Amino acid sequence: MLSLAQIRDLAIARFPGAEVTIVANPGAAAQHSLLLGASHARAIAEWLRDDAAHRLDFCSNVTGVDWPEREIVEIVRTPVPDPAGGPGKIIEQKTTRIQPGYLEAVYHLYSMSRKDGPVVIRLRTAGRTDDVTLPSLTPVWRSCEFQEREVFDLFGIRFDGHPDLRRILMWDEFTGHPMRKDYVEPDDYEWEPTPHDEVLKKARAHYPPAPAAPEKTGGPK
Amino acid sequence: MNEGSTTPAPALNDAERDELRRHGILLTSVQELYNWGRSHSVWPLQFGLACCAIEMIAASMARFDIARFGSEVFRPSPRQADLLIVSGTVTKKMAPQVVRLWNQMPEPKYCIAMGACAISGGPFKQGYNVLKGIDRFIPVDVYIPGCPPRPEALLHGLMELQAKIRGQSIAGADAPRHLRTDADCEYPVPEFGATDLVPPKNPAVWQPPTIIRPEKP
Repeated sequence: MLSLAQIRDLAIARFPGAEVTIVANPGAAAQHSLLLGASHARAIAEWLRDDAAHRLDFCSNVTGVDWPEREIVEIVRTPVPDPAGGPGKIIEQKTTRIQPGYLEAVYHLYSMSRKDGPVVIRLRTAGRTDDVTLPSLTPVWRSCEFQEREVFDLFGIRFDGHPDLRRILMWDEFTGHPMRKDYVEPDDYEWEPTPHDEVLKKARAHYPPAPAAPEKTGGPK
Repeated sequence: MNEGSTTPAPALNDAERDELRRHGILLTSVQELYNWGRSHSVWPLQFGLACCAIEMIAASMARFDIARFGSEVFRPSPRQADLLIVSGTVTKKMAPQVVRLWNQMPEPKYCIAMGACAISGGPFKQGYNVLKGIDRFIPVDVYIPGCPPRPEALLHGLMELQAKIRGQSIAGADAPRHLRTDADCEYPVPEFGATDLVPPKNPAVWQPPTIIRPEKP
């Protein structure tokens, strides 16, 4: 099987102008993935499926990832030589920038004919709220159909070209996308027999107002 | 049964009845016979929701053998079933269908909430998609705790239900629903709302208990 870097180089040579980058996985699994730009994603997917070098004919899993907006702190260290000839100083310059949030769809591809895999590819939306459209890969791998519906249901990614994009787990009248990090669940904590921690805070809002403390009358001290 | 006459028949105590039985005379009442027959042919609905259903299936197999209690006839149609065993997690998407099945069952009918999920939502209680107990929409007769309960627990629950059926009187104010004219056997089926079922509970069946908890000093 070709390495991920080889697949990337072949794809860039084959599809000029396509954005293909490797997303490294720093964890122990070290399962790196290919990030495809949305414009060429469908063509690259078909090439991955049909080209004799890959034959990734089976998409086993589609899932979504929500990356909320986050602040990134970058530290630039610049050594400054001491004019007096002593040891140089290092000046740290901190810059913070806001990385806008986005949603990802992750596809795990295997080759049944070559008994090979997996190759993980990712597609990224431009934003989390307004621009959430990605090309659907259901025309390439039919097994994506229900799983892309699930990603649409729970994360809210709209798949362009999907034959039947409806909610699949939640009911049609449901609003919101429950797997997003900023999803606020419905408040139905009116009866919690043993609440604790977060649940206690939510359940307390439903408690009746505490009765006034009984006034202390003269009793034994 | 001694309706119509002004003076009730003198009650026979258990010792006297056992004495007669020893001499080959069986004395019983219509109520006792009626309840005895009903309690030993409780036919459950063949309806499983989650892992508790696996234990329910195990209870119906030879090792545990629910047939010993007359309940081996799992009916595939609610029209022929007497007992709804809610065996597993009831999601909010499934809840209207469970209530609809309950409405389709003819009286007399009974409901067992099997397992933590059917009782209260169980480990999924804080989920956005799980109903916090089927007793919000259906009157539950027997609750069986466990996650999942073993087949013995289901059999025990069934025996408790049989004891409940045997204890019912067939006339008067405490008669079961199917012998009364004022009891409504139709339960409203909830609709799907934007985040939850509408209504989220049937107030005629279930009201949240009032909790008053003092703040810890």
